[in-house]
Amino acid sequence: MWVYEKTLLYPVRVTRPDPRMAREIITQYGGPDGELAASLRYLTQRYAMPVSQAVATLTDIGTEELAHMEIVGALVYRLIRDAPLDAIIAAGMDPYYADHDRGIYFITGTGEPWTAAYIASKGDPVADLHEDMAAEQKARATYEKLIDLSDDPDVTDVVRWLRQREVNHFQRFGETLNLVHEYLSRRRVF
Amino acid sequence: MDEERRQLLDRLVALEFTAIELQLFLDTHPDDQRALADFNATAQELAGLRELYESRYGPLLSYGFSPSPRAWRWVEEPWPWQM
Repeated sequence: MWVYEKTLLYPVRVTRPDPRMAREIITQYGGPDGELAASLRYLTQRYAMPVSQAVATLTDIGTEELAHMEIVGALVYRLIRDAPLDAIIAAGMDPYYADHDRGIYFITGTGEPWTAAYIASKGDPVADLHEDMAAEQKARATYEKLIDLSDDPDVTDVVRWLRQREVNHFQRFGETLNLVHEYLSRRRVF
Repeated sequence: MDEERRQLLDRLVALEFTAIELQLFLDTHPDDQRALADFNATAQELAGLRELYESRYGPLLSYGFSPSPRAWRWVEEPWPWQM
């Protein structure tokens, strides 16, 4: 089960509306390499993991990604909360506004809704952990593009923090993959 | 949110982040005694700080992990994205 804590894992103190930036960041909420996909990917891959340490890593990183999803949601919310309609139109965010007003929905920057096709669960621990390592690198790459696109230091600060977490998670998944390989080679001997 | 509350919250969140990072490290290095000692020291400091924060500003955790003496303060603002 999960227990909710009434804090953000990293503070979001953005005050300047910027619907253009909101439209770009939202892909990390509901896009293929976004936080919802990351969380659900790891949490659902747990069942087929052969070693307990891999289950622990997927549980803990999958849970942290849920907290990241809340951070990205907070970023998008604060970027559009006080944005006037003409700024939303100028940023090309008016189709989003028509469907969602200033609510937060799971889509890419180009408007495609989230789909489970973004994630894999092969039931094969080696294949799944390689997917997870690739997912962390893809998320890192996207956050680097978002840093390029940001001109608000309050936004950049949060995005940099999120980028660094992907690097740490990649490291942990690499170690987990080694543990799984060790387990599988031991099993072959006996 | 007043400055005193913000500072307390920032310290709390920083400690929680420390605990998460140590937890992830320990998942793949369970025999690392230094990391284990750091984790337990962080958990202890975090429990004290959470108790102090909650006594002033209301419960942080849901489902019975935080008490709510006298009044049901869970429904009070601010929520995390409003802070």
